[in-house]
Amino acid sequence: MVGAPLIGVLAIQGDFEAHGKVLRRLGAEVREVRTVADLEGLDGLVIPGGESTAITLGIEREGLVEPLRRAIGDGLPVLGSCAGLIMLDREHLGVMDILADRNAFGRQIRSFEADLRVSGVEGPPVRAVFIRAPWIAEHGEAVEVLAEVDGHAVAARQGDMIAVAFHNELTGDDRVHGLLLEAVGRRIEGYAPVSDFSDNTR
Amino acid sequence: MRDEATFRVKSGLAEMLKGGVIMDVVTAEQAKIAEDAGACAVMALERVPADIRRDGGVARMSDPQMIAEIQEAVTIPVMAKARIGHFVEARVLEAIEVDYIDESEVLTPADEANHIDKWEFKVPFVCGATNIGEALRRIGEGAAMIRSKGEAGTGDIVEAVRHMRRITGEIKALAALSEAELPTAAKEHGAPLEIVREVAVNAKLPVVLFCAGGIATPADAALMMALGAEGVFVGSGIFKSEDPATRAKAIVEATTHWQDPARVAAASRGLGGAMVSLENSKLRPEEQLASRGW
Repeated sequence: MVGAPLIGVLAIQGDFEAHGKVLRRLGAEVREVRTVADLEGLDGLVIPGGESTAITLGIEREGLVEPLRRAIGDGLPVLGSCAGLIMLDREHLGVMDILADRNAFGRQIRSFEADLRVSGVEGPPVRAVFIRAPWIAEHGEAVEVLAEVDGHAVAARQGDMIAVAFHNELTGDDRVHGLLLEAVGRRIEGYAPVSDFSDNTR
Repeated sequence: MRDEATFRVKSGLAEMLKGGVIMDVVTAEQAKIAEDAGACAVMALERVPADIRRDGGVARMSDPQMIAEIQEAVTIPVMAKARIGHFVEARVLEAIEVDYIDESEVLTPADEANHIDKWEFKVPFVCGATNIGEALRRIGEGAAMIRSKGEAGTGDIVEAVRHMRRITGEIKALAALSEAELPTAAKEHGAPLEIVREVAVNAKLPVVLFCAGGIATPADAALMMALGAEGVFVGSGIFKSEDPATRAKAIVEATTHWQDPARVAAASRGLGGAMVSLENSKLRPEEQLASRGW
């Protein structure tokens, strides 16, 4: 029997608390990450939604850019949501071979929610909440697109790095976080994540 | 099928602002300074509250031209203020696609009886509150975010503390009540029963709660976070100080690291002079903005 995995949630700014709640519901231990020291010993990482400019500046201020690059480059499984997707792209941390187009859907008045089929997520569609959301304008061959809206990639995967343009933490549907925990589980011998990522949205 | 302007989409933007600082700005240059300092949003207005106090007169919605220039200058969300009850100012702000409308007591109220029916709008609203009843009435009218009012333009934190302690204290009190006691509590607070019930069950507001009104230093921001604010609005405190860019960065840093006094101390060093302040207890009742709205 192996203990619960320790998942870090970047807590510079944004809705990190909501991600922490989902992860605890799925049986993980959660640590808010604000400094380099907080990265020590993590089994996985979530970069939450928030304001990508504020988060970028905060990551720089804390000296987190290189440590995050190294940790993710060394295989730390990561889920980036909305601003988190932007952090993972070529122009920010540069760990995923994707290029995000910020606020691509427009200002808040164009924010929306929709049912979305996400490749790798079993069962009914994911209720995806897009808030001043980006999309993925370009991606390399190593990147698998998991979902699209109007022909634009809004979810993608490259190895154990998962990026979604929407907020899966606001709906009570934990299945996208389940993808992260599955990736974490593959790296911890003897650990099996909770298999029932229930869809509580309806 | 896309669903726009659902309550989840409206309140969701406030969720993304959490742990951040929303700064009052009056020009595109100030907006850029705020963005570069790490603000999670800016509030575009014609005069900061300290100047509204000094100059007097009717304070109105800002010139849409000025708001458009700020929207051009930054990529972070741009909020703007409408007068209490002035739904046409709000329609104008919606037409130019601001990201959030603040129906604000800092401007001169346009309607002494009614707030704006905020359900009718696609753009979300934030409203001020001094107590739980006021907060829940605003939510009942469709507000998707609440800020404690404090006393804007003073640089005196005492009212922000009073309002935040009152709101969080009243939330705790509601959570301790039995189902049978909630209708009377709703009546006493003058708040919709359904929302009172939701607060009692979850022991928290159904929307994000920020604080505003009187924050002038990094320690002020950290204090408000410690008292239960999920983020802070800083009005005159930044651009009425001696070194706005440095102070703005420091308040952002203290808001992230509010639990770590050493980090708040580091952020507080060498900021230059704070804004010129007014002691709240020396204000005449008619000078207090927090009593506007009900």
